[in-house]
Amino acid sequence: MSETTLGGIAGRMPRFIRRADPAVLTAFACIVLLLFLGSLYSRSFLSPEYLLQQLKVASFLGVIATGMMLVILLGQIDLSVPWSVAVGAMMACAAAAYGPLGVALAIPFGIFCGVLIGIVNGFGVAYLRIPSMIITLATNAVAQGLMVVYTGGFSPQDSATVAMRYVATGFTIPGVPNAVVIWALIGAAMVFVLTRTSFGRCVYGIGNRERAAYLSGIDTRRVVMIAFAVSGGLSAFGGVLLAGYASKAAQSMGDAYLLPSIAAVVLGGTSILGGRGSYLGTVAGVILITLLQSILSVMQMPEAGRQIIYGVVIVAMLLLYGRAPASR
Amino acid sequence: MKDWRYWLAEQRGTLLAFGIFIVMFVIYTSNHPAGFTANVVQTASNKGVLLAFVAMAQTLVVITAGIDLSVGMIFTLTNCLASWLVIGTGVETAFGVVAVLGTGLLCGAINGAIVIYGRLQPIVATIATGAVYFGIALLLRPFPGGSVNEDLADALTGRVFGVVPASLVVLLAVVLVVWVPFSRSVLGRAAYAAGSSEMAAYMSGVPIRRGKFAAYALAGLLAAIGGLFLTFFTYTGDAAYASGNAYTLFSIAAVVLGGVSLFGGKGSAIGAIFGALAFRTIGDLLFVFDFDPLWQPLFQGVILLVAVSLGAFALFRVRNRLEWFL
Repeated sequence: MSETTLGGIAGRMPRFIRRADPAVLTAFACIVLLLFLGSLYSRSFLSPEYLLQQLKVASFLGVIATGMMLVILLGQIDLSVPWSVAVGAMMACAAAAYGPLGVALAIPFGIFCGVLIGIVNGFGVAYLRIPSMIITLATNAVAQGLMVVYTGGFSPQDSATVAMRYVATGFTIPGVPNAVVIWALIGAAMVFVLTRTSFGRCVYGIGNRERAAYLSGIDTRRVVMIAFAVSGGLSAFGGVLLAGYASKAAQSMGDAYLLPSIAAVVLGGTSILGGRGSYLGTVAGVILITLLQSILSVMQMPEAGRQIIYGVVIVAMLLLYGRAPASR
Repeated sequence: MKDWRYWLAEQRGTLLAFGIFIVMFVIYTSNHPAGFTANVVQTASNKGVLLAFVAMAQTLVVITAGIDLSVGMIFTLTNCLASWLVIGTGVETAFGVVAVLGTGLLCGAINGAIVIYGRLQPIVATIATGAVYFGIALLLRPFPGGSVNEDLADALTGRVFGVVPASLVVLLAVVLVVWVPFSRSVLGRAAYAAGSSEMAAYMSGVPIRRGKFAAYALAGLLAAIGGLFLTFFTYTGDAAYASGNAYTLFSIAAVVLGGVSLFGGKGSAIGAIFGALAFRTIGDLLFVFDFDPLWQPLFQGVILLVAVSLGAFALFRVRNRLEWFL
């Protein structure tokens, strides 16, 4: 396979395909393939209701993966997602117990707690230069400890507020669930920040080579810190949405979101080493993962089989296009 | 510099971990209601040894500047497997032990193959393989259960000559059979060199791929020894997601406490063992001082956070700000 033949084929394709990242195209192709396989299994797989329901489920993961993507673009990783999600959900529900003011501030308070976790992560990574993988594991453990102490080891009794339920399950625009609208808004904001602001360019710059970014006069440490804070806040917001969806918070509700959020970002063609990737790819990754989960549960695959298929699919897809260059 | 000062500088992390462990253990036993008795030591060592094996496994990978987030899941998988196989007559039990250890070695080898020959980032690759291993563990044991050869289990978790905990003897044996030969072999040197500077090691013709592969595979083996011991202690197999994750997390804490550099190329498994024992003892201090057990996760989390933050002191030695960015 030589460069020239590839270029020859690509040259005859429309411009938007030529410019697209092959990883993103692969991810979208896999989505189409999954939909096709699903429709063979069951007719209702292509019905609008089912697809909309999938999009709604995907939007929770989408919000969380947005934050994860920002951090991965920096060449870092955020492993505190599980308990950031749980903290956001639990604290929002807990605030609701403190009268009308608490109910009004439930959502912002939940997000605020997530931002706090993110700030600790960001401070550790940016200013103390602790590897992100380690410090985020540590804050995850601390957040877990705090929640265990707070709830006494049981699932909290507080339930989600009306506003939280409305945000997660209501319909403002007829036919489009609110959660999808929120994901679209957050996604649009993310695209704007990444492509149209200096902050976004700094994120890509730091992901490529932090030294060079620093020497170009960027306050790299501030950018890294903000990115982690945003990631923590978005994880917590995902937790708030989930709590609204399930109408209560639960212990370990975030465990199921760590691997999928990383997988969604990486399958969408964002380099795990940082500096390269587009939000469109993350959207594709999120939808791909959600569809995969859905198909496996429709096929009544037990949890064990789901975990195995999940891991194998991620490794296989990464081997297809996520490999590092050979050391030469 | 004299030879002993070189040795001291090289072993500083290990000696520090040893010191922390001794101090913590003295505080622990002197406040324990039963005092410093063979029983207390046996219980403490049985709990500590489990983490020590997993921490040794993590060390091997961390030395190559990688990380293995699947050690806890290999630990869980081998625990579930052992609850099926390590049972029956002597020959059957022996076959079971070999099969369990072989499985661990295979899991580690798969990790190594994906990371080294597949050229994927260790962190993502091992999270994904961890999910696979956990899935297999869940297939083996959807519900906690199973049993183990109790004679062997009691022998290995009991005491030798009525004083020395047998688990410590096994730990020592594993160090002598696995760690010492590995760290002195060409492959072990290659693992260190790859962690220190992969480029330089490659240019010097060091077999970095084989060294790293051996490190990952042996890590799987050590995690399997840990899983085997868990079965000996509990007599059952249990595919618990939270417990597997906790062991992965604690292994990193133990490695950091044990003076192994997370950037690779520095530290030893002996340090990680003392780190693991110290971490366990610190966690159990809460019980001695009659705190609510609910505080234990928070306490362990804070220890981990403090331990990893201590590494930041190295920043004060940085002369050129560009060295902040590796």
